[in-house]
Amino acid sequence: MGQAGTDGSRPKGPAPLSPHLQVWRWHITMAASILTRASGVALYVGVIIVAGWALALASGPDAYGDFMGLMGSWLGKLVLLGLTGSIFYHLAAGLRHLVFDTGRGFAPKTANASAVLCIVFAVVATALVWALAFAIGAV
Amino acid sequence: MDANSELRTPLSRARGLGSAKDGVNRFIAERVTAIALVPLSLWAVYAALQVATAGYEGAVALLHSPVNAVPAMLLIAVSCAHMKMGMQVIVEDYIHKPGAKIALLLISAAVCWLAGALGVFSILKVALSGVGA
Repeated sequence: MGQAGTDGSRPKGPAPLSPHLQVWRWHITMAASILTRASGVALYVGVIIVAGWALALASGPDAYGDFMGLMGSWLGKLVLLGLTGSIFYHLAAGLRHLVFDTGRGFAPKTANASAVLCIVFAVVATALVWALAFAIGAV
Repeated sequence: MDANSELRTPLSRARGLGSAKDGVNRFIAERVTAIALVPLSLWAVYAALQVATAGYEGAVALLHSPVNAVPAMLLIAVSCAHMKMGMQVIVEDYIHKPGAKIALLLISAAVCWLAGALGVFSILKVALSGVGA
């Protein structure tokens, strides 16, 4: 199935394959795309934790105490920190994709800038929420 | 007769290979749930900060108010619908063996429905029970 060029000649050598890790530069838009999926999967687990919270609350004070104790451990706090970041990143990335759905924002400069903006927003919003959590004595 | 016989019309060869004619409503459902989750997820962060300092009695008191119980149920229900569709896209993108793919999709659907039903029922139970504040 050799593809002929427009002048009728056959291309020299094997046809180029799809982009390969060795010849492909890391783009911020790739990071944004992968982070969107990764934060989505993290939030999948997050919703299960929220359902677990509701189940513990409905099961009574003892079960609720155990659940909140687990969430209050250093591992629980680490998970909650990751979920906070995931919420804000996935939120920003979702809005970015809603703009993409209208056909706008695809120019490389714009797409790069919005990718950076999503990541910066997630980091800043997460830091603010955790600063607030410390301030009100929630952590 | 040979499937590629020139006696077959182009229409005949194309039939059955087209879209399932129901992709657009999935596309819309993904976006509608995404838009609904913008306010709901911001509320979730606000509510989580309240819950963190409320303790058992305080959390029960929070859910006794419809102003908290209703967004909590909507958050869980809409999130489960959204994450079920999102996980399906991921599974279909990366898992190509039919058996493994179907198994993972069934497991994910079960997890989403179970988490959604458990979460919503539990919140209703707390919200409607007379215990607490």
